[in-house]
Amino acid sequence: MAKLTINGKVLEVDADGSTPLLWVLREQLGMTGTKYSCGIGLCGACTVHIDGKAVRSCVVPLAGLEPEQDIVTIEGLSAHNDHPVQQAWSELDVPQCGYCQPGMIMAAAALLKQNPAPSDADIDRHITNICRCGTYNRVRRGIHLAARLHDGPAQASDRVEESS
Amino acid sequence: MSRDTFNVSRREFLIRGSTAGAGFALGLHLPFLSRSAIAAENGTAVAAAGAPEIGAWVVIEPDDTVVIRIARSEMGQGTLTGLAQLVAEELECDWSKVTTEYPTPGQNLARNRVWGSFSTGGSRGIRESHLYVRKGGAVARHMLIEAAAEIWNVPMAECRAENSVITHVPTGNATTYGKVAAAAAELWPPEQVVLKDPKDWKLIGQPVKRLDTLDKLNGKQVFGADLKLPGMLNAAIKACPVFGGKLKSFDDAGVRKMPGVRAVVAVDDDAVAVVADTWWQANSALAALPVVWDKGPNAELTSAAIDKMLDEGLSSDDQVYVGNANGDIHKGMQGAAKTVEAVYTYPYQNHATMEPMNATARWTRERCEVWCPTQNGEAALEATAEAAGLPVAQCDVHKIHLGGGFGRRGAFHDFVKQAVAIARRLPGTPVKLLWSREEDMAHGHYHPVTKCRLTGSLDENGELTALHVRISGQSILASVLPHALRADGADVVTFQGFLPEGDHAISYSVPNLLVEHAMRNPPVPPGFWRGVNINQNAVYMECFVDELAHAAGQDPLAFRRKLMADHPKSLAVLNAVAEKAGWGKSAGPGIHRGLAVVKTFGSYVAACAEVSVNKGALRIHRIVAATDPGYAVNPQQIEAQVEGSFVYGLSALLYGECTLEGGAVVQSNFHDYPSMLIKEMPKVEVIVMPSGGFWGGIGEPTIAVAAPAVLNGIFAATQRRIRSVPLKHVKLG
Repeated sequence: MAKLTINGKVLEVDADGSTPLLWVLREQLGMTGTKYSCGIGLCGACTVHIDGKAVRSCVVPLAGLEPEQDIVTIEGLSAHNDHPVQQAWSELDVPQCGYCQPGMIMAAAALLKQNPAPSDADIDRHITNICRCGTYNRVRRGIHLAARLHDGPAQASDRVEESS
Repeated sequence: MSRDTFNVSRREFLIRGSTAGAGFALGLHLPFLSRSAIAAENGTAVAAAGAPEIGAWVVIEPDDTVVIRIARSEMGQGTLTGLAQLVAEELECDWSKVTTEYPTPGQNLARNRVWGSFSTGGSRGIRESHLYVRKGGAVARHMLIEAAAEIWNVPMAECRAENSVITHVPTGNATTYGKVAAAAAELWPPEQVVLKDPKDWKLIGQPVKRLDTLDKLNGKQVFGADLKLPGMLNAAIKACPVFGGKLKSFDDAGVRKMPGVRAVVAVDDDAVAVVADTWWQANSALAALPVVWDKGPNAELTSAAIDKMLDEGLSSDDQVYVGNANGDIHKGMQGAAKTVEAVYTYPYQNHATMEPMNATARWTRERCEVWCPTQNGEAALEATAEAAGLPVAQCDVHKIHLGGGFGRRGAFHDFVKQAVAIARRLPGTPVKLLWSREEDMAHGHYHPVTKCRLTGSLDENGELTALHVRISGQSILASVLPHALRADGADVVTFQGFLPEGDHAISYSVPNLLVEHAMRNPPVPPGFWRGVNINQNAVYMECFVDELAHAAGQDPLAFRRKLMADHPKSLAVLNAVAEKAGWGKSAGPGIHRGLAVVKTFGSYVAACAEVSVNKGALRIHRIVAATDPGYAVNPQQIEAQVEGSFVYGLSALLYGECTLEGGAVVQSNFHDYPSMLIKEMPKVEVIVMPSGGFWGGIGEPTIAVAAPAVLNGIFAATQRRIRSVPLKHVKLG
């Protein structure tokens, strides 16, 4: 039995140590918000936070995790769908099919934690998730809007500008 | 806000209020029989638990919640919201109370296809069904008003409905849809309804938010890959990587002992699957399973051989079909001041949906049910019945939002057939089959290979006198829908964008024109890939028109304009992008522009790309895109589709290529089949310019202008024509 701290709770997991965190989350713990798409750490659909950093969970084996590491998944990002990134994403209708979006949102949230006001160049450097529907421009606007929401409630004028 | 029909319990998949028995035929004059009328015909009672169904498209709950049924599939393109807007416009309901649900294809068949086609491809979700879904909303509004008028004992003509409230105008009495819904459900639908004049639309044309966003922000949205049913097992599969090859044997002695493994089964004659408690266990065991393939007749097939086959078609007279012809190209080319010739090539490409193929099936001798992301629920149902060995009436398919479709999940339900075949080996046990990314790359239905030789002649004034277009390459229809070939065997889809008229007509008037296709079908499965043949054809035509303009010493915009006098809507979108981009003015140091314009899927689209090439590095800075879809149901979703189309189209231009080695696709994952990233994404400015009077598609058209606009920009920047994609092979420096 391995112990993991996920979304603030200590959970016991009965799985082979080689099992990637992605599949522990999805199949042992029933948390399917974290997605499988490439399985080799390239696309980012499986992004979670480990100790505050964005990590691709499909290439992190269970055996490599310590019980005290703080793992946050999309299900635990906020209690009421109200993390600034989620608010901005809702405001701008960012998702299309939505399959890559949990990973995209987790990557954006980790970037904002590290850098509360990322520039376009920062976004280019840190957001390397693949979206085949092509939400990139709204993702970019969403990160900028989330940065402002994080500072305090957005002014109405901000929202109009961002939605135009 | 979206309420999916999907859930873990089968009972909850049943549409509330749907009580029609199989075989009941609806009269054509009454396309929307009421629930109680259907129940009466069948001698069955109306289910007490069901909320009232007002016509086939609308269910209204006592709390005024409006449930709008959506027959087409949501895969990101926003059709769910757009179609709901169409129904709600005529229903006069409170938009904030609207939710949606998918009827099942089995219910559709049982009710004589009351919801029409479920097919979600060809950018036709809205353009093909707008009339009957708006009627569905109008019928429900009529029945609700009639019910209120009967309750009040007043003439219906004195009542008005707005925002889910019905008012008796003379007295000011008011009630809500929720309060009269049960009574309305008992009424016969009207035989005739009058739809609103477009000038009176309040919701159609508004940039309302999508109905399906919130669950996509917190992991709640369940995709097919996420489905979990009680007692479900998981399957991983590997089919013979060589096209046309078979499964010879496998040795499961070792893997049967691996953790969680429940079964190792041959699937059809070409694949093997491992069934285990979890997918990770199944896939790990599959990777360890020794398999022997019979590689079959294509074991030596390579991209080079396919290339040769297509080259032959460029000048052959064998199996050549004509897609468009006027005048006489030989006469037109006689005495030309200049003749220009070029050969373009386009590779195989995979859809690469982010969610790999998957389906969950439960089979018993009496019934088979499938849960899956599909672009065509009815086709999925047919595939289910075929694989289950059961009549269609004993099968059903429960649709789930797609994690990307792009054409992969419409005409092809190979993954459904496999899931059912596996589930048949484990009667009563639900089995979820999920393809690995590697399986998804190896067994696509690929955007087909074509080449094109174009020959154009110019007179001494630089006017185009003749154009000969010879496409050589693979037909999708010959492989997928042979019955849809033209009587002479031609695949009309290969002429997309070159046709004389219709939804995919050529955008230019050419005095002497011949467009031909030499059909050459390599043994690689082709498929409809978002945009279909317009993507190849727009590269050929739009880049070649640029070549002609250059040869004529003319500005590419001015040269195009002269050929577009009889194509005013195409000209309008082209002019719009040129003007907004600032054509003729400097784009900035080192930045150059390229244009492209097409008519396809009934819409007119154009793009102007601004690019630079600096020490061999291409940068796409900005794209201005215009779309005239006739009516624009939701402009902000159109903008999202247009922006996204550049990601799909430019990923194809930059990186998209599947090559063949030993009869199998070489590329296996995103490392060798990359997709563009946010850092490569240009700024996109979208002009939505609906001219009214027609319904054009949105999801696909813009993809076609992405590549040629950028390629023409690269020429402007480098004076170099690139006639073979993807650009990853091209050294620009």
